[in-house]
Amino acid sequence: MAEQLLEVKDLQVNFKVYEGLLRVLKGVFLNVGAKEKVGIIGESGCGKTTTMKAIMRILAANAIVAGGTIAYRGSDVLQLGMQDLMRLRRTSMSMIFQDPTAALNPVFKVGEQLEDIVRYSEFTSDAPTKQEVRAKAVELLKSAALPEPERILDSYPFQLSGGMRQRVCIAMSLASAKDLLIADEPGTSLDVTIEDQIMRELKQIVEERGLSVILISHSIGAVKGFVTKLYVMYAGTMVEEAPTGELFSNPVHPYTQNLLKAVPKLTGGGVPEGIAGRIPSYITIADGCRFASRCRSAKERCRTDGPPAFDIGNGHRVACFHYGDI
Amino acid sequence: MMSGEEILTVKGLKKHFKTTRGIVKAVDDVSFCVMKNETFGLVGESGSGKSTVGHVIMGIYGPTAGSITFMGKDISMGVGKRPKELKKQLQIVFQDPASSLNPRRTIGQILELPFRVHHLAPDGNYAEKVFEMMDLIELPREFVVRYAGEQGGGEKQAVAIGRALATGPRFIVLDEPTSALDVSIQAKIINMLMRFQKDFDLSYLFITHNLSLMRNVAQRVGIMYLGKIVELAGTPEFFSNPLHPYTKMLLSAVPVITPEEEALKPEKITSTGEIAGALNVPPGCSFHPRCPFVMDICRDIVPIMIEYKNGHHVACHLYPSAGKNM
Repeated sequence: MAEQLLEVKDLQVNFKVYEGLLRVLKGVFLNVGAKEKVGIIGESGCGKTTTMKAIMRILAANAIVAGGTIAYRGSDVLQLGMQDLMRLRRTSMSMIFQDPTAALNPVFKVGEQLEDIVRYSEFTSDAPTKQEVRAKAVELLKSAALPEPERILDSYPFQLSGGMRQRVCIAMSLASAKDLLIADEPGTSLDVTIEDQIMRELKQIVEERGLSVILISHSIGAVKGFVTKLYVMYAGTMVEEAPTGELFSNPVHPYTQNLLKAVPKLTGGGVPEGIAGRIPSYITIADGCRFASRCRSAKERCRTDGPPAFDIGNGHRVACFHYGDI
Repeated sequence: MMSGEEILTVKGLKKHFKTTRGIVKAVDDVSFCVMKNETFGLVGESGSGKSTVGHVIMGIYGPTAGSITFMGKDISMGVGKRPKELKKQLQIVFQDPASSLNPRRTIGQILELPFRVHHLAPDGNYAEKVFEMMDLIELPREFVVRYAGEQGGGEKQAVAIGRALATGPRFIVLDEPTSALDVSIQAKIINMLMRFQKDFDLSYLFITHNLSLMRNVAQRVGIMYLGKIVELAGTPEFFSNPLHPYTKMLLSAVPVITPEEEALKPEKITSTGEIAGALNVPPGCSFHPRCPFVMDICRDIVPIMIEYKNGHHVACHLYPSAGKNM
């Protein structure tokens, strides 16, 4: 068993809004080993990004962490003081966001933004010279497969294409991600051929550097070739955890099964069936299984009790009372 | 499938935009036709001009050159000059229902407008018409007083489809109708569209970047790259025997989830480079800077479209006789 880097247990996050309390995350669990590549799939609004933001402690001001622990190398991120937290973000973990255009500041040159991060991440003690910082920035851009790094440092984000912007964001995250890299839909806003390139490059980078990765996506195909373990999220809960191959060959949770069926196949065979209904409102959400309202196999018990995650062997866990019968 | 009458014919269509930095040739000499009751898929990456083709057909702007024939009549003019009767026949569903529906109008108001504009309820009973439409798009009748902006993506897109259907069109341009939706919702919307096509004898121009989806909905597919169609074929032929290197690159990059799909992919062409800016389209074949099979001729001469075999057209110098008569 690989050394454990991150262990999220029973995480609960609520949001205070005008209409009331949004009970978004409930009983979320997640384990990431050292150098392990983990994927989370789920549809929009299922809490993937919220979970990641909780790990980075960058949740919005109206968020309330109502319970759970986030153990990162043995210490609980939720209990860290500001100084320790800053050190963690500066030297250990970092995040790539979905939309590189929004992640970069449009009024500063790429160099200014990247060098700022480099200055505080790569050089912990003495004040580095401008040349040292610049050299490091060039090195990072090169490792993110960007040609002509000098020119890119002197460009504004709008002068770069979408793919190049995302590569810049990858370079930025590499400055501080020495252990854990969180990639939140890194290819979603890009064209399919560019996404393909970015994902291949990213995989190479994390393998070379020996980083642990959490890759988030709503595109099931995009994560498949990347990660060794997959989590499926639905409406703020983890419904299934399994090694990648196992999840595709033997999906157990009814939501996972339906989700895999709903993807149109390149081999044809007609338009697949969707899942009736929609994600429940987080304000009025019931205590039972959150998928019960859309589940064809739902029984009385599903509507009242939230199912725990049952271990069914081979590292496969599923949060469904009826996992054997479906 | 290939026989039958043409409902829409586009010949030599060009749409150029003048900008302060030069002329953008968004659509440059595109020809294709759509048969009655057919779904014709137009696939391409962002910036390929696929949406512009749809917009010119709708008359959102008039073409720079070329002709559009719809049910035997020339409609190569902007929407202002089109007869009202024609507008009834041609409708469009846009990509993002959040921006194509007015958030300050209720679903009832949105669905009522096309009936009013075209005087489609002689007895003045618009409410009944709206309810019938809501039954058709499977929205509960009580949604009539709800605001479109408050609904989920699937419901919003259903309203947009209902609005397009209200006038009883013959032809609908579907401009990425599901790319803003989750897969489970996408499947539902696509099935609805396919059912309406059968029930109301509709013909679709389906614009998308999603090849897996195209495989399952279109009878014929055209691939666009920088304003030109580079390959056009019947769907089974297109996916079993792709010819153009760009098509092969696209297919290689599609994320898939089953081994059967992986096996279907053509010889892997690793994606490199990115789509050029529309202001500086490369000379010759515009794909040549990214093409692994580039030859000298590709840098100078624009390949013309040839019929490689029955109904399978390709514009590439790799296939003999292409470009000879330039």
